Amino acid sequence: MSNLTHLTIKDALKGLENKDFTALELTQSHIDAMAQTKSLNAYITETPELALEQAKASDARRAKGEAGDLDGIPLAIKDLFCTENVQTTAASHILEGFKPQYESTVSQKLLDAGAVTLGKANLDEFAMGSSNTTSYYGNVINPWRRKNDDKDLTPGGSSGGSAASVAAYTAMGAIGTDTGGSIRQPASFCGISGIKPTYGRCSRWGVVAFASSLDQAGCFARTVEDNALLLRTMSGHDPKDSTSAKKDVPDFVAALNGDIKGLKVGIPKEYRVDGMPEEILKLWEKGIEWLKSAGAQIVDVSLPHTHYALPTYYIIAPAEASSNLARYDGVRYGHRAQESDLTDMYELTRAQGFGDEVKRRIMIGTYVLSAGYYDAYYIKAQKVRRLISEDFTKAYEKCDVLLTPTAPSAAFAIGENEDDPIKMYLNDVFTVPASLAGLPGMSVPAGNDKDGLPLGLQIIGRPWEEETVLKVAHVVENLAQFKLLECGDLK
Amino acid sequence: MSLDKETVKKVARLARIRLTDAEVEKLGPQLSNIINFVEQLAEVDTDNVEPLANVADINLELREDVVNDGNCVDKVLANAPEKTQGYFVVPKVVE
Repeated sequence: MSNLTHLTIKDALKGLENKDFTALELTQSHIDAMAQTKSLNAYITETPELALEQAKASDARRAKGEAGDLDGIPLAIKDLFCTENVQTTAASHILEGFKPQYESTVSQKLLDAGAVTLGKANLDEFAMGSSNTTSYYGNVINPWRRKNDDKDLTPGGSSGGSAASVAAYTAMGAIGTDTGGSIRQPASFCGISGIKPTYGRCSRWGVVAFASSLDQAGCFARTVEDNALLLRTMSGHDPKDSTSAKKDVPDFVAALNGDIKGLKVGIPKEYRVDGMPEEILKLWEKGIEWLKSAGAQIVDVSLPHTHYALPTYYIIAPAEASSNLARYDGVRYGHRAQESDLTDMYELTRAQGFGDEVKRRIMIGTYVLSAGYYDAYYIKAQKVRRLISEDFTKAYEKCDVLLTPTAPSAAFAIGENEDDPIKMYLNDVFTVPASLAGLPGMSVPAGNDKDGLPLGLQIIGRPWEEETVLKVAHVVENLAQFKLLECGDLK
Repeated sequence: MSLDKETVKKVARLARIRLTDAEVEKLGPQLSNIINFVEQLAEVDTDNVEPLANVADINLELREDVVNDGNCVDKVLANAPEKTQGYFVVPKVVE
């Protein structure tokens, strides 16, 4: 495997500019790496020809002195972003063969900056899952393994393919989406960094909708700085998404100055949940010490409604999903059951097209929105959502940023946690609250568990303060000295 | 609360998802578990709390009332499972 795949985005841009190598060489080395790690199943659709074409065009632009911010950088795109004339499945059978006639705003911005797109990364079906085991196109395998154990582990989810591709050096960065933790939890499981910005920072236009009041695009990379580079390009107002904010996009890279002196870091006591492994608690303690040593002030804070975040999420997200997924009716795109009666056609199209988890969530959503239950469940959840959001507002009167573990465990084996949907849902216990409040959150790899698997710490910021989140994550990254997966470790 | 078979079937009908009897059997307890889990919210005092529908502190704006899209029938129909003469085709609805 070529060393070019092991560069950071920042160094690759330097190398391209210095003519150490071409975008074509950089892209080819990633295509080769993809071929060698096919068993990870990180991609649903690979687009090597398109990538090579884009790379050639990138080299031509650079030769003319017209290179963009990410020119020639090979990326993986979660298969939830619509890509013009490239199959977009949302990991569902119901969208098999669907070729969007337009490009999502976020992927278009990356293309406009010169990025090369290697393919569409695997995910949980319609982004519903925390293990990437609900994809119609098969499980994604985490490139990490436990010491002394050869079991295939999940990469986390839903953006499991995006995270696995970056961890396995088959992409320099990837874009994903995060509804309840779908960037942060897989970043933690795969030993890389990932950020979900503030709700409204990136356009949702052209992103297959799951739960519209929560869905937000974000990115993965092997360093915090690379994430800052990607996010800078992806962000910004889009007239095609009325919930995208008209806010200037700061220079996220410039924010990484390491200066957190006097910054107040809140430690929410409710995140010490029962049954959390000792090593995660210890890592959290270490994170606190690191930030203290860098000059931050540690403040104890309380987010009293944390315990209710998951039940709130599991009303709101399925409710919105049941409404959003009503569009898959076999008429305009995707799979269609051949039936002569319209209702039969609808019901069988959806029965055949959706997997078990998606059906479950549509059913829950339909139930909580149905006559007689709407107030008891949906409105109630929206009220608790306000209380959860207010918890954060109050905490941020005392601190600037929060530090928590990203997930309550390291990567688990494929098949574990599958006997009971609730068990799977608990994976997102630390990521869902920030999602409900629309806050920016980032996972940065900070240590390993007893089996050698990566563990992440999460930094949650105030709305629109991604700069602070990135800055703190960068400090953690520098002090943790986390060892990325090595090439020789790849199976 | 536990969802009986009739309720599961009714919800499936509302969601336009055809379920086999075996699926109804399996989904009943699973859905009941999830509903029981979310019912914890009943403990929370939400008197005088306004529902929060969206966290985005953004005012929705009106745009100029001009045509800025359209004339792309081929694109709209490009992924249709069945189409004819510029239209989507569905099974016969009116006898």
